[in-house]
Amino acid sequence: MRSDQHGLLRLLHLPKGLVLRLSAYTGLAFLHLPLVFIALYAFNDNSAGYSFPITGLTLRWVSLAWERDEIRAAIGLSLSVAAMATFIAMVLGTLTAAALNRDRFFGKNAFTTLLILPIALPGIVTGIALLSAFKLMDVTPGYWTIVIGHATFCVVIVHNNVVARLRRLPARLWEASMDLGADTLTTLRHIILPQLGTALLAGGILAFALSVDELIVTTFTAGSDKTLPIWLMGQLSRPRDAAITNVVALAVMLLTAPLIILAWRLTRDGDAKPNTR
Amino acid sequence: MTEASAMASTALPALPTLNHNWRNSLSTLLYQRRTLTLFLLLLPPLLWFGVVYIGSLFTLLSQSIFTFDEMAMSVSAELTTDNFVSLLNPANYDIVLRTLGMAVAVTLGTVAIGFPVAYYMAHYAGPREKGFFFVGVMLPMWASYIVKAYAWTVLLAQGGVIYWVLRQLGLLPVLEAVLRLPVIGGDTLATSNLGRFLVLTYIWLPFMILPIQAAIERVPANLLLASADLGAHPFKTFTSVLWPLAFPGVVAGSIFTFSLTLGDYIIPQLVGPSGLYIGNMVYTLQGTIGNIPMAAAFTCVPIVLITLYLALARRLGAFNAL
Repeated sequence: MRSDQHGLLRLLHLPKGLVLRLSAYTGLAFLHLPLVFIALYAFNDNSAGYSFPITGLTLRWVSLAWERDEIRAAIGLSLSVAAMATFIAMVLGTLTAAALNRDRFFGKNAFTTLLILPIALPGIVTGIALLSAFKLMDVTPGYWTIVIGHATFCVVIVHNNVVARLRRLPARLWEASMDLGADTLTTLRHIILPQLGTALLAGGILAFALSVDELIVTTFTAGSDKTLPIWLMGQLSRPRDAAITNVVALAVMLLTAPLIILAWRLTRDGDAKPNTR
Repeated sequence: MTEASAMASTALPALPTLNHNWRNSLSTLLYQRRTLTLFLLLLPPLLWFGVVYIGSLFTLLSQSIFTFDEMAMSVSAELTTDNFVSLLNPANYDIVLRTLGMAVAVTLGTVAIGFPVAYYMAHYAGPREKGFFFVGVMLPMWASYIVKAYAWTVLLAQGGVIYWVLRQLGLLPVLEAVLRLPVIGGDTLATSNLGRFLVLTYIWLPFMILPIQAAIERVPANLLLASADLGAHPFKTFTSVLWPLAFPGVVAGSIFTFSLTLGDYIIPQLVGPSGLYIGNMVYTLQGTIGNIPMAAAFTCVPIVLITLYLALARRLGAFNAL
């Protein structure tokens, strides 16, 4: 037992943590395995969609997918919902960040919890709650009901990004501006907002990406409208159409991936500024 | 607020902004009346969250004590506790236990795979490699949920990649033996609990890696060195130093894996054996049957479980690790 343990330990303590490095890279590879295969299958010559090994590559499915009106309609709806939800989330998220970054006030903790609730509770709870409220008020589900659902859980994304930046802004920036004679609004416009710029943009991008990809809440609030994820969900019961589904799945990933990388760069650069405290 | 700042703002009209008198008074007002400013800042989000979100939740939860007439398929406002009583039916009880069991398994699975990744990111990777890992974890995390779920149905299918690889390696008999096991097994990988576990673990893994990474990042490397210098074996260092300090991060990650598994109703539908999860049950109740009161009572289960879990997590210090 004792010597066994030693053998294991020696293994774990190979030069420079080889085992650790291996398991870290294996974990990372695991995260990308399905994505790589979706990208590959989008060009699969065989229309079965999942057969392996792949016999040949083709661009046929890409052009066929682009000709489908329902796909373009779904992309259009997803993008316009995301744009509107992001706009609302950026306004509300900035306001909450500005408010919660200030002194303590009554109910501050409760309000923070309220912000997190839409993402801490399972999406199905938010979805059904919204649906039952819409039904009660006789609202027909459609564009605006989807937007309301998305904006609700996007606020916290923007909020987190902006509040992180606000905390790093030294109070002396505000004070210096006021000392030099600028009033509150001028300081806000010329000093605070430019400092928040990249954080706000990053938050907005992440909110946009979240909205484009959201499925669970949307299934309840969309009525008969089809966003891109809802269209994809419907495709799962049409295995004959798998080749087209693969292409759209790849397109969705290519749509959000650059946004995520951009948001990451924006927050990293902004938060790594040397003179921010 | 202070006298000096009040003087500063009253001195403003002498500056070139004199012609914007209304602007000036607004600026002064916003600066001096902090409570008013706070109120103005909070009003729109409070209205949104208070009316839209809390209002909806309240609408839903209040219906859980309404009566559903199965004959007429309609809801009436007669108050009853029947919905909550029937939650305790053995069939419903099974659903809750099945979902909870999977949530726990998935949480453990994500810790097992995620911890080494997080540890390596935090303590071994150089700046460039760390950035590479960050993007490498963020991209799958933000990739579309339905695309990832769909990708797994493709990978797990008979005649798909995983079966092909196992056949090439001559490991198909091993897979078949595993699939014959009770609980985790099934006819095929795609209809087994093992397959469902794999997909859920995959999808929530990034949500576990990032909080653990953030927690380990704050552990000074010299603490681990000190432990080694004092003669502790790496295993001892892990159990006595690293793990306790990383634990709040693990708990923070488990909030996500737990909550997301409890509420999921799409993956249990796509992969794995029949047998409902909480999410599926709620979805079926409100959709095809239209029994909103019972669906509302059922949504109380994840809400209560997650509230309890959040309270526990707060005690374990997870909120400082978020």
